[in-house]
Amino acid sequence: MSKQQWRELLPRIEELASRAGLQYNPVDFEAVPASFMMEIAVYGLPVRMPHWSFGVRYISQLIQHRMGHSRLFEVVFPGNPGHAYLAAGNSLAENMLVAAHVLGHADFSRNNMLFHNSQQQVGDHIVEQAASHARQITMAVEEHGLQRVELVLDAALALEQHIDVDRRVQRERYPEYEAPEAESPEDAFSKRFASLTPDSAARESGPKLKRAPIPPHPERDLLWFIANYAPELEGWERDIFLAVREESFYFHPVHATQIMNEGWASYWHARLLREADFLPQAAYVDAIKCHSDVVRPIAGGEKVALGINPYHLGFSMWEDIVEREGMDAARRIMHEDDDVSFVHNHLNAELAAKLQLFRFEAEASGSVKVLNTDLDALHEVIVGPKYNFGAPSVSASHVRVDGTLELSHDHKVDGRGIDVERAKRVLGYIERVWRRPVILHTVDSHGAAFDLSASTAPAATG
Amino acid sequence: MSKDESTSSRTTVAGWYDLFSRGARDWLRHNDKVREAVRAHLPEAIAGGDVLSGGTKTIRVPVRMLEHYHFRLRTPEEQQGVGQGAAKPGDQLGQPGAAPASGKGGGGRNDGGFEFLLEFKVDDIVDWLWEEMKLPNLRARAGRAEEADWTREGWDRRGARSRLDRRRSMRESIKRREVQPADAPRFTDDDLRFRQLTKREQPATQAVVFFLMDVSASMSDRDRQLAKSFFFWAVQGLRRQYRYLDTVFVAHTTEAWEFNEEEFFKVSGSGGTVTSSGLKKVREIMSARFDPSRYNVYLFYASDGDNASSDRADAEAALDDIAALANYTGYLEISTTSQSRLNSECGTLFKALADGGKPAASFAISRFEDIWDAVRHFFQHQAAGEST
Repeated sequence: MSKQQWRELLPRIEELASRAGLQYNPVDFEAVPASFMMEIAVYGLPVRMPHWSFGVRYISQLIQHRMGHSRLFEVVFPGNPGHAYLAAGNSLAENMLVAAHVLGHADFSRNNMLFHNSQQQVGDHIVEQAASHARQITMAVEEHGLQRVELVLDAALALEQHIDVDRRVQRERYPEYEAPEAESPEDAFSKRFASLTPDSAARESGPKLKRAPIPPHPERDLLWFIANYAPELEGWERDIFLAVREESFYFHPVHATQIMNEGWASYWHARLLREADFLPQAAYVDAIKCHSDVVRPIAGGEKVALGINPYHLGFSMWEDIVEREGMDAARRIMHEDDDVSFVHNHLNAELAAKLQLFRFEAEASGSVKVLNTDLDALHEVIVGPKYNFGAPSVSASHVRVDGTLELSHDHKVDGRGIDVERAKRVLGYIERVWRRPVILHTVDSHGAAFDLSASTAPAATG
Repeated sequence: MSKDESTSSRTTVAGWYDLFSRGARDWLRHNDKVREAVRAHLPEAIAGGDVLSGGTKTIRVPVRMLEHYHFRLRTPEEQQGVGQGAAKPGDQLGQPGAAPASGKGGGGRNDGGFEFLLEFKVDDIVDWLWEEMKLPNLRARAGRAEEADWTREGWDRRGARSRLDRRRSMRESIKRREVQPADAPRFTDDDLRFRQLTKREQPATQAVVFFLMDVSASMSDRDRQLAKSFFFWAVQGLRRQYRYLDTVFVAHTTEAWEFNEEEFFKVSGSGGTVTSSGLKKVREIMSARFDPSRYNVYLFYASDGDNASSDRADAEAALDDIAALANYTGYLEISTTSQSRLNSECGTLFKALADGGKPAASFAISRFEDIWDAVRHFFQHQAAGEST
C-alpha cells in the first residue's frame, strides 16, 4: 500500500465532508514521526517555549508510551489554514479515519463560539505565534540568562489557567481615577458645612479626583494583573507573562469543549467513513475497527471503567442528539455550547442509563464504592473539572501600600480549601516576579480563614 | 485522537523536528535542576547506605521528579468520579491497596511524581563536599619519600620523531623566513624542535589506607554499614590528594584477616575482640608491601569500642608502632547510644596516642547523619596537625 495513497484520497473525503454540510478552513496535513507526535501532545503546540516542566511531562509520556499505554494518531490545530499532524506509522485505513476526524475538528473549531471568540482575539495563527513566543524566550535566555528567564516562566506557567475569558485578550489598564461622585445633595447641612471654611469654595471648584484602588474589583486574570501592575517587572519579563497568557486564551476552548469536540469529530469520522464508498473494502473494515477502539468506553477484558472516555461520551451524545433533534439542531448546539452546558442540557437520563454511567467514590486506600446513578450528580462530577479552566478560584484582591499583593481564594465557590503546600510554592514563584510579599487568603481544613505566604511554617498550615 | 494499545510502529521521516528533541532538552534541564537541588542538600541526600552501590566512579541517588506547582484544591479524603459499565449502586470495585482512581476528567495535567535514580560522579560530589564543608586539601608528607619520574623540560634540535613540537617548529620556520628572501624553503631541518625529557626527583604521591574493622559478634549489620559509608567517603577524600591510592581491608575478631573490598563488608565473625591482632596484621602488611618511606600511610579503625582488657598492653604497643610510621590514624567508634562515647577500651587507646602528640583523632557516630561530621572532623583535624 503506497505511503501517499491517503493523500490521493484526501480530496474525496473533503468532498464528502462539504456535501454533508461541514464548514471548515482549509487544513494542511503533514505526516510526522511518532516521537514528534508525542512532543506535540506534551507541549500542546508544535513549537512552544522551553521549560523544564515540559521535560517532566515528556518523560512521563515516554515511559507510558514505552509501556504501551497509548498511541497517538493525530493532533490538529485550529487556524486558517488549520494544521493537522498525522503519525507517519498510520495505515491507509487509519489515515482515512483520521482525515475525516480532523475535518470534524476543523468544522467544530471554526463554528463553535468559544473557539470563534478565542481565534478572533488570538488570531488564526496560533501555531506560528507560539513558535514566535518560543523564539522570543530563547532570545531572552541569551540576553538575561537561563536562571532569570526560568524564574519568570516558573511563575507565568504556574498561573497559566488563571485568565479571565470573559474579558478580552487586549485589555486596557484600570482607569487611574475613580469616576467622579454624583453631586452631593443641596441640603441644609452641606450648605452650612461648605460655608464654614473660607477656602472651601476654591476647593470645590475643580472636579474631585480620587485615585482608584488597584485592583478596583477582585481580578481573576492573574497573568494580566501581574504583567501590568507588578512593581518592578522589567519589559522582557512582562512580555513573557503576556506570551503565556496569549497561549492560555488559545488553550481555554480546547479544554472547555473537549467532550463536545472529540465527540463531534468522532461522529463525523464514523459517518463520513460509512459514506466513503471509494475505500477498498479491507481498508473500510480496518477503519471501523480502529473507530471502535478509539471510542471504546471500557478497556478490553474489563467489565467497568473508572472514568469516562470523552470520545465515547461525546460520540454517544451527538448520535443521540442527531437522532432525536436532527442535524440542524445538532449544529446549533455545537455552535453555542461548551462542555458544561452540553452535558447539563443533553446528557439525559435515558442516555445515561444506556451508557451505564454511575458515580463512585474512591478512598485513599484504593477501595471504590459505587454510589448511584443520579443524573444531576453525574453531571456535576463530569463537568466539575471544567469550571474556571480547571483551577481554583483565586483572584488578586488588594495591593497594600508597601506593595504586598493580596490574593484571595474563593473557597465558597470551590467548595473546599486549597492545597496548602502547593499554594506556598506557587506564592514563592509569584514573589520572585512581584518582588514584594505575596499572601493568599484561604481557609484551613476546618474552614477557618487564614493567610498563607511562601514562608508560612508547615505547622501553621494544618 | 488516540487509542490504547500495546504496539507502535517507527517510521523515519526527514523533517526539522528530526534534528533535535525539545522534550529531551527540557528533560535534561529538569535533571540539572535536580542536581542543583541534590547539591544543596548533599550530605542528607547521600547519607543513606544505599547510594554506594553504583560502582566506585559514580553513585546513584534516588530522587523524585520535580513538580511544577499550580494552585490546586485540597485533595478530599474520598474522590468522586464517574465510571461506566455493569455496576450497581453499593458494589465494591477495586481492592484496597490499589492505586486510587483519580477523578480527573481530562485536564491532562500530570506533573509526574515517580522516583528515578540520578547518577552522580563521585569526583564531583567529593569536590562539592569539600567546598561545602570547607575541608582542607591534605598535604603529602614532604621531604620523606622521593620518587623519580620523567618530566618534560626544554627543547632541542634533535630528538625522536614522536617528540616533535609542531607549534614550536612552525614558529622557528616563520622567524627564519621573516629575515630570508621570499623564495626560502618552508621548512629546514634547523627549524625542527623536539621536546626533551629529564628525570626528576619528586615527592611521593603514593598513599595507602588501611581500613581496620572489628567484626566481632557485637558489631551489627547496621554498624558495619555505618563503617562502610564512612570508609567510602574517607577513601574519596584521600583520592583527591593522591594519584595512586592503595586500600587494604583488614577485619579482626580475636584473629585478623585481609579481605578484598567486596568481601570485607560482608564478613561477620563471632566471639571476642582482640584489637592488637588487627593492628599487628596491619603492621605486617605494611612491612611486606607498603614501605613507609615510599608511602603516605593512613589507618582508620572502626569498632564498637570493646576490647579485651587483657589485650591493653599489646594493643598499645602495636598502635604506637604503627603511629610512628603513619601520617595519620583515625578511630571511628560506632555506638548505638550517645553515652560513654570514646570512654571505651579502644577510645582510651587512641586518646593516649593523641595526648602523646601523635597525629591521631577519634570520633563517635551512631547514625548515618553523623558520617559527615566524622569526615569533617578527621580531615580538618589532620590538616591542622600537618600544618603545625
